[in-house]
Amino acid sequence: MQTYFPSAPDVVSMAIQRRPLLAAIGSGVAVGLSGCAALGADGGSGPESSGETVTLATTTSTYDTGLLDALNAPFEERYGVTVNTISDGTGAAIETGRRGDSDVVIVHARSQEDALIESGDAINRRDLMVNDYVILGPSDDPAGIAGDDDAVAAFEAIVDSESTFVSRGDNSGTHTRERDIWEAAGLETAEFGGWYRDAGQGMGAVIVQADRTDGYTLADRGTARSMATETDLEVHVDGPIDGGPALLANPYGIAAVNPAVHDSVHYDLAMAYIGFVTGTDGQAIIEDYTVEGTQLFVPAALTEDPEFGQYVPETWDGSDGDE
Amino acid sequence: MLSPLVVDAPFEWHYIRSIIRVSLYVSLTAVVLSTLFSLPIALVLGFTEFRGKTLLTSLINTGMGFPSVVVGLIVLFALSNDGPLGSWDLVFTPEAMIISQFVLAAPVITGVSLAAVGGVEQNVRDAAYAMGGTTVDVALVTIKEARYGIATAVLAGFGRAISEVGSVLIVGGNIAGSDGTSVTRTLTTAIQLEARQGRFETAMLLGAILVVLVLLVNAIVVRLGNGGGRYR
Repeated sequence: MQTYFPSAPDVVSMAIQRRPLLAAIGSGVAVGLSGCAALGADGGSGPESSGETVTLATTTSTYDTGLLDALNAPFEERYGVTVNTISDGTGAAIETGRRGDSDVVIVHARSQEDALIESGDAINRRDLMVNDYVILGPSDDPAGIAGDDDAVAAFEAIVDSESTFVSRGDNSGTHTRERDIWEAAGLETAEFGGWYRDAGQGMGAVIVQADRTDGYTLADRGTARSMATETDLEVHVDGPIDGGPALLANPYGIAAVNPAVHDSVHYDLAMAYIGFVTGTDGQAIIEDYTVEGTQLFVPAALTEDPEFGQYVPETWDGSDGDE
Repeated sequence: MLSPLVVDAPFEWHYIRSIIRVSLYVSLTAVVLSTLFSLPIALVLGFTEFRGKTLLTSLINTGMGFPSVVVGLIVLFALSNDGPLGSWDLVFTPEAMIISQFVLAAPVITGVSLAAVGGVEQNVRDAAYAMGGTTVDVALVTIKEARYGIATAVLAGFGRAISEVGSVLIVGGNIAGSDGTSVTRTLTTAIQLEARQGRFETAMLLGAILVVLVLLVNAIVVRLGNGGGRYR
């Protein structure tokens, strides 16, 4: 077998021969990337950005409606501040706020918001808006729940008919509400048969799964509406926005992360953001926001009468909060 | 095409371009830094004998299969405002993503390079020493001999980095501006976003773009390799 012994000079001369090719590729990549960067910078034509950012942690179902993009663009234009929105499960959004990695938190899980306030990690909580859940199901409605105005009775009918039911199964706000309804009916999901499916996925994917298995599911109105053209599911039980039961209401809260606990948060920018979205401009954007022609959210922040309940935990006993 | 909530065509191309830019920036930087770190380690490990070498090699190989989500969580807790490196202010930035992909790619590049370098015959290295080569010269010779294996290692590391979604989702936050400019959204996290919203066709399209990108990078590296064949 021939072995080739390259000498040190040979190795160096080979590298030298290859230099033009390496240089060409290197500068090509550099030019390409800088071109992309320049294009990115030219994208906006609004007022000068101050270079500051405010970080918002929210849930996937909130983000996936597209409402936040509609709210953030005018805010960024008005204040010259960039909003970085992170969407994850409700629990993860709360945790992000608790660690001080975001400046503002928007979630729809009042008990978890209250826990953040009680621990001192979040302050200045406001009611933001309300949307609702709907119960989707196959068009032939095997459980016969169409037009029901009682969510608990509808769920009981699904159990009785053993129709397929697809659950989010991911401790999201939607999943929490679904569990609340089962609890109100006095039923244990652990005792359900194979017709109850724990998907462990996001809302859109769960709706697709319900569609493909001709099953029922609990969905937020926003995702249900935006998926309506892609699936054959129908809304059998509507939410309170369209006259349905109050149990399907889904209120959203917004709060700032406490700068006393996490001193690197941009508290002033967070309050500017909260001020914008709970003020007349932001609330008008929320009211006018539609998907497929349907209004998704009802603004809840502007009230002439004081609503003290929004500032404190629901179980507040009038104490100082200091333990 | 991309979203029922998005109307303008220019938004979509701008969006895809910015996602590709972030993906390439993060993964290429992570792989380059990782190669600079891993190659010397592989060279040293390959030619020294010491007690515990087998154990160390096993650890490196185990690192190749480390779950990306777990690496993401560890990096997030380290960089979190509440964490030890919070003052670096890197949470939810592309630089944090580079760090987590560095951690993911390094064991791959080290392990495969180690295997490649170990296959270089001792006579080649002896001859290089005999011709008056310094340690660096011998290292360069070894690299040249093992270059196909090392190229495979770098490509494997790049593959691991650019296709992973768990760690960049956690440390980056999948942030994109309201005008469609990606801040920390990569192709993989964008695919994950489309899939969770049930928009499977868009997810597949982005997946195809990712595969083409990886093919291009592979082609460039192979072309570089073939350039050396002329001198045999």
